[in-house]
Amino acid sequence: MTGFLEGFALVMQADVLITMLISAIFGLFVGMVPGLSATMAVALLVPVAFTLSPVAALATIITCSAMAMFAGDIPAAFLRIPGTPASAAYTYDMNDLVRAGRLGDALGMSLVGSAMGGVFGAIILMFGAPLLADFAINFSSYEYFWLALLGLSCATLVAGDDALKGWASLTIGLFLSVVGLDFVTGIQRYTFGITNLQAGIGFISVMIGAFALSELFRKAAAFEGETNGPGLAISGRPLPTLRSLWEQRNHIGRGGLIGTLVGALPGAGADIAAWVTYAVSKRFARKPELFGHGSVEGVAGAATANNAALSGSYVPTLVFGIPGDSITAIVVGVLILKGIQPGPLVFVNSADMVNAIYIIFLLANILLVPLGVAAVYLGRTAISIRDAILYPVILLLCLYGAYAVSNNTFELWIVLAIGVLVWIMQENNYPAAPLILGLVLGQVVEQNFMSSLIKSDGNVINFFNRPIAGVLGVLTLIVWFSPIIMGILRRADTAPESTNKT
Amino acid sequence: MMLTKLTTTAAILAISAGAALAEYPEKPITLIVPWAAGGGTDAVARVLAGGLEKELGVSVNVVNKQGGGSVIGHSEMLTTNPDGYTLGFGTAELATFYWAGQADAKASDYTPIALVNFDSGAFHVSASSEYGDVKAALEAIKSQPAGTFKVTGTGTGAAYHLAFAGFLKANGLDPLAVTLVPSQGAAPGFQELAAGGVDFVLSSLPEGTAMMQANKSKPLAVFSDARIGAFPDVPTSEEATGVAFTGGTWRGVVGPQGLEPEVVKTLETAVLKVANSDEFQTFMEEKGFGVRVLDAQGFGDFLAEQHAQVGIIMNDLGIAQRKE
Repeated sequence: MTGFLEGFALVMQADVLITMLISAIFGLFVGMVPGLSATMAVALLVPVAFTLSPVAALATIITCSAMAMFAGDIPAAFLRIPGTPASAAYTYDMNDLVRAGRLGDALGMSLVGSAMGGVFGAIILMFGAPLLADFAINFSSYEYFWLALLGLSCATLVAGDDALKGWASLTIGLFLSVVGLDFVTGIQRYTFGITNLQAGIGFISVMIGAFALSELFRKAAAFEGETNGPGLAISGRPLPTLRSLWEQRNHIGRGGLIGTLVGALPGAGADIAAWVTYAVSKRFARKPELFGHGSVEGVAGAATANNAALSGSYVPTLVFGIPGDSITAIVVGVLILKGIQPGPLVFVNSADMVNAIYIIFLLANILLVPLGVAAVYLGRTAISIRDAILYPVILLLCLYGAYAVSNNTFELWIVLAIGVLVWIMQENNYPAAPLILGLVLGQVVEQNFMSSLIKSDGNVINFFNRPIAGVLGVLTLIVWFSPIIMGILRRADTAPESTNKT
Repeated sequence: MMLTKLTTTAAILAISAGAALAEYPEKPITLIVPWAAGGGTDAVARVLAGGLEKELGVSVNVVNKQGGGSVIGHSEMLTTNPDGYTLGFGTAELATFYWAGQADAKASDYTPIALVNFDSGAFHVSASSEYGDVKAALEAIKSQPAGTFKVTGTGTGAAYHLAFAGFLKANGLDPLAVTLVPSQGAAPGFQELAAGGVDFVLSSLPEGTAMMQANKSKPLAVFSDARIGAFPDVPTSEEATGVAFTGGTWRGVVGPQGLEPEVVKTLETAVLKVANSDEFQTFMEEKGFGVRVLDAQGFGDFLAEQHAQVGIIMNDLGIAQRKE
């Protein structure tokens, strides 16, 4: 308890609180720009963070990432363009809800869910960090392989109405993921002698192309002269009613739990947490048919999960110095530079610092609600700007976002190519989400599969004889084969009926 | 008439070139870092750039051009305009691209300016490992069929992979006796070690600090001439096996071909001054990086030597696309 009070005293300093507020506003702005992710917001802050006191530096990073994570939902809701990759899973749901005049159920739900997810994750971090870290440390390539394959299998759940078109989109994503250098041999694949392709197809560029540029193409093709705003009358309060919050309690709770757990796995961040929760929520939803067309349940779960994952990713970071995602990778760098060596001893040597981190998490997520509401109003004003001004500005910001990843103009060509491809796909009702999922998880599946085979000298039994891997493996196989078995059972049921009809 | 015109033009050009040189540097310099922002190479580059700004009196901007195992940034720093305003922060991988068939340029094609860092590889095992020293581990590797043991912590053909293979070879073992399980950096490698998936990790000593403190791993030897200051208990390769061996990763400032000698001289002087400053040395020690400073001449010899060594070991490993 004294440690907690010491931590509290560390946070309640004027410089810490002021940097928190500034970085919160900065995070909201960066998160709202399509393509600029929470990670990039933090990366941009690093030069500043290095000059601050350790607590202020951590406060900057934590606050900024939590704000950016939520802010990514704002353009998703208003423009159908996710501001960060972690918002991509439920973009269409939010936009459809806003169009239906249910702002509170879209952005309001995601705002309250984000704050609750962040607090939930912080509480798990406070009480379960050592325990969770011991669980997470047992994950080797076998477990990651199954986890990623399970995620990939979930692609069928987010595929939309036509499963075959979903699979086609997934296959394109998987193909894009093999471009570049072979992970094991270093051999070039599909690079055609172009040096830039050795880096593979960048995820951020594809996301911007698939979600932002294709949307701009769609808008441009449907352009019918000057209108005021995107023809979207936004109504409704920016916060959800207590009743609809209570209705979503299971989805929010599940999102918080899955988000924290996925975040605690080294290498799996908020993006994957959101996708996994979205797919799981659909399984448990009362109205699964609404997913992808304005489902409050989908928004509540996934929006909670991505913020919970932020907190969860600090578990392996603090306990073993192994970053849980790209943001905590930067955190490790800042901690070491400030003379704090992450590891099990950090709880003994720097207990006040660890407590300060918990308190910052709680504070940042509480701060998220009022600032988030302000950002929603701001976003609402921004989209009432004339189309002819608004869309070129968005295009510019998108291209800047793609360029900023690796300062390489080649990325802009990828954005253009993917933008055209996905625009054509969507005009023909092929969903974009499986393509993104295929690109992200394809690499994870391949790399861990190859690593596992090398480690086991090609012996497949090792994929099942570790306890966690075995459970995940069986789970994956159930996901694969349950539709087939269910289909056979259903056919057996309906078969006599259909013969009756004919 | 024609001749006079030509001579005049040439004279004007020569004068203006001379004037430009006299003023070098007169505008901001870009330092290309071929790895992502926030990583180790980026951190060293930014501190170095900060020092260079004071020495040269112009701003030095770090631009990260990551991707393709750093081949993109390394290619860019060679094809850039050789006016002295775009330089590169080269890393050990620079010597591998020619052999891996990823690029046509050799390490010796870059204009060396100065080397500022060398990190020795270290041989880590799990804390629960039965091997108390490297000798025992090498005996075990020798007694079992090739491929029985696995090492990780580095990617295929990356600096520490080559250092590990070179270490095996120096001790009379087949460089392929231990199979590499590729990983993206040290952290996931240590995770594999702790999870029991592999037998050894090759990384620098500081990269293993957290896992050593967590009592999940222990270092058996470091591939350097002398023990590392912060880790006085870890024996060198020579102390542990009787065979001297150094290997690891390095970082230094390079430029494209065709840089004016005066420009190289100015830059070399500035980089050496920063690298030998207390500020830089303290930063490097705090972050766990080793300092090894070589001037342009020494760095050039070093690059040529690296080119040859890397070619041999990559051919031994069967990952080279070009013969020695």
